[in-house]
Amino acid sequence: MDKPKKATFARAAARALADTQLRDNLRFATQSLRQKRLAVFDDPEATEALREIGSRIKARGLTRLPRLLEQLEARCQKNGIMVHWAETTEEANRIVLSIMEAHGARKVVKGKSMVSEEMHFNAFMKDHGKEALETDLGEFIIQLNNEPPSHIIVPAIHKNRKQIGKIFADKIPGTDYTEDTDILLATARRILREHYRTADIGLSGVNFAVAETGTLCLVENEGNGRMCTTVPPVHVALMGLEKVVETLDEVPPLYRLLCGSATGQRITTYFNMIKGPRQKGEKDGPKEVHLVILDNGRSRMLADPQLRQVLQCIRCGTCLNHCPVYTRIGGHAYNSTYPGPIGEILMPQLEGLDTKGELVFASSLCNACSEVCPVKIPIPELIRRMRNESYLKRGKGVIPGHGFKRNAVERVVWKGWRYSQTIPMLNWAMLKTLAIAGRILPNVGPLKAWTRVRTKPVFAKESLKQLTRQEGIRHE
Amino acid sequence: MTEFPQNPSTVYYFGTCLSDMIYPEAGMAGIRLLQREGVEVIYPSRQSCCGQPAYNSGFPDEARAVALAQVDAFSGSNAPIVVPSGSCAGMMRIHYPLLFEHEPDYFRVKRFSERIFELTSFLRHSLNATYTDKGPPVTLTWHSSCHARREMVCTEDSKALLRQLANVTLVELENEHECCGFGGTFSVKRPEISAAMVKDKVRDIQNTGASAFITGDCGCMMNISGHMESRKNPISGHHIAEFILERIHG
Repeated sequence: MDKPKKATFARAAARALADTQLRDNLRFATQSLRQKRLAVFDDPEATEALREIGSRIKARGLTRLPRLLEQLEARCQKNGIMVHWAETTEEANRIVLSIMEAHGARKVVKGKSMVSEEMHFNAFMKDHGKEALETDLGEFIIQLNNEPPSHIIVPAIHKNRKQIGKIFADKIPGTDYTEDTDILLATARRILREHYRTADIGLSGVNFAVAETGTLCLVENEGNGRMCTTVPPVHVALMGLEKVVETLDEVPPLYRLLCGSATGQRITTYFNMIKGPRQKGEKDGPKEVHLVILDNGRSRMLADPQLRQVLQCIRCGTCLNHCPVYTRIGGHAYNSTYPGPIGEILMPQLEGLDTKGELVFASSLCNACSEVCPVKIPIPELIRRMRNESYLKRGKGVIPGHGFKRNAVERVVWKGWRYSQTIPMLNWAMLKTLAIAGRILPNVGPLKAWTRVRTKPVFAKESLKQLTRQEGIRHE
Repeated sequence: MTEFPQNPSTVYYFGTCLSDMIYPEAGMAGIRLLQREGVEVIYPSRQSCCGQPAYNSGFPDEARAVALAQVDAFSGSNAPIVVPSGSCAGMMRIHYPLLFEHEPDYFRVKRFSERIFELTSFLRHSLNATYTDKGPPVTLTWHSSCHARREMVCTEDSKALLRQLANVTLVELENEHECCGFGGTFSVKRPEISAAMVKDKVRDIQNTGASAFITGDCGCMMNISGHMESRKNPISGHHIAEFILERIHG
């Protein structure tokens, strides 16, 4: 079970690393995103204070999540929004499908939604004879090319202008190759406008759902979110259940953290606050608004005080931009809805360690992610927790698929290491052995991996323990 | 903010396992720098490793056993414990309390953790060490380990010591914030990614035009120097303690 998956991630990573164009695109894009973020968060003290506020808002919300969700449902219903609960992604897909069928709908236009990616919504709709069209420019590009997103905020981050020009020329009939972004944009706009006009349903995600008012907040830059939520006769909003906040007052700090962290903006071009369907006398807006609240394992995460911290995430993607691993291999190598550091702690919880566990070893634990996380999720600590659970006996862990990596060899190795580091005589013997036989160690296993790009370490003839004794340093 | 004890008469020294196995001179140099400030240095001989390898690899029980062995080895007095590594110091100061959060030994471990200081910070803030450079002019660059930078926050202290050396020109890396790809067992568990990271780090070092890079962590040094040596790159790597000691002796 274990081997082929391991090989899959390693192979995908190696392939990505060998792709110099991909490396250049990622380096350029992530560096620019990091610089933009830093330009907005230029005062370290103020940034730290804001992160602290964001972290506390989300952590506090999680302590009262069931109550907030019930309040949100009641308020939304009062506002005329129909609320649906989905325990699984399958249920969520079925709910949207039944809404579509009730309206005889065939075509849905989508604003950007990571929950819909989690649901594999587009594939589900295709299987049921429906057309799901991405309208976020990045999503539009990769949908043309039949690819999944490679970043949670910048889905086509792995493509440069020339590659996008080529995709447009290849996939959109009657389009000539161009690198001119204005022309590319105009092409996308022309196609998308027509789809907004003819779509039966508009789908969107939710960035913040305010419990006290029943308001759905949607953050975007392209106006496609507003089109999707106002032009088609029916709007369906998808949210993970952690997106609820208690009060409207909590939105501004989280919004600032989100814009600054995600794209280095002080404010986005559009900030939509949706409070229900078209009212009497209003000239636009959908006739029906639905909210689908997805669990998909989140309640289980909530039950564990450490694991629940992953639910603080506001999906800004800045941990991806700062991760030395993600910025080198890109999102596709992770083969997961959520790549990068947040993916490493979320995917195994969503889909099980036995399926996604290899991701938790794709980190040098450098702490770059936790240094910038706007809601201060201790990502490295959670990665360690995932690693611990990977080796636990079945039944001793909390995360589904725990113990997938448990094996006798590693257990024995670490036991041996433990004794060599806790029993002074054994430690002395180990140091002696390395000093004498270190250079003839066979080049296998970890040493082989090490020496692929490095020389073998040279073990000292005399350990620091011996040296200090000789030099008359007081031992105790 | 860390509170530094002022001019203590005695300190304990935790040499780190890498220094014990591979870089004893670096470990010894740290002791000499402390002694130079008139401090008595005690080296508990039962010390071994901080436990980080197991802690990061999914074996917390093994990490705890090794951590407790260190707590015991340094229990002779309440003297500060000086560590010539930001990473090992971070493990002992910041991660031990997390590792023992739900253990009966928590308070004992916590008291131990509060005694942990990284070498360059300690030299600067507790001992106000000053150095006179006797070496020839040299251009070098500084590599900060991730945990020195983000856990012990001692990078500025290390650089401040280097800047006291009049003949040393310090050229900073373009991507000093970025991991060199060592990450302990990461380097052998994800060798392809680790290799890409160390290659980029070496390119960055080369671009500074420095003849050597200085670091406060033997793990990074082993990784970066190991890669340079395999490519016959003439740039050398040095632990900051060994480098300073050499410069002040001329």
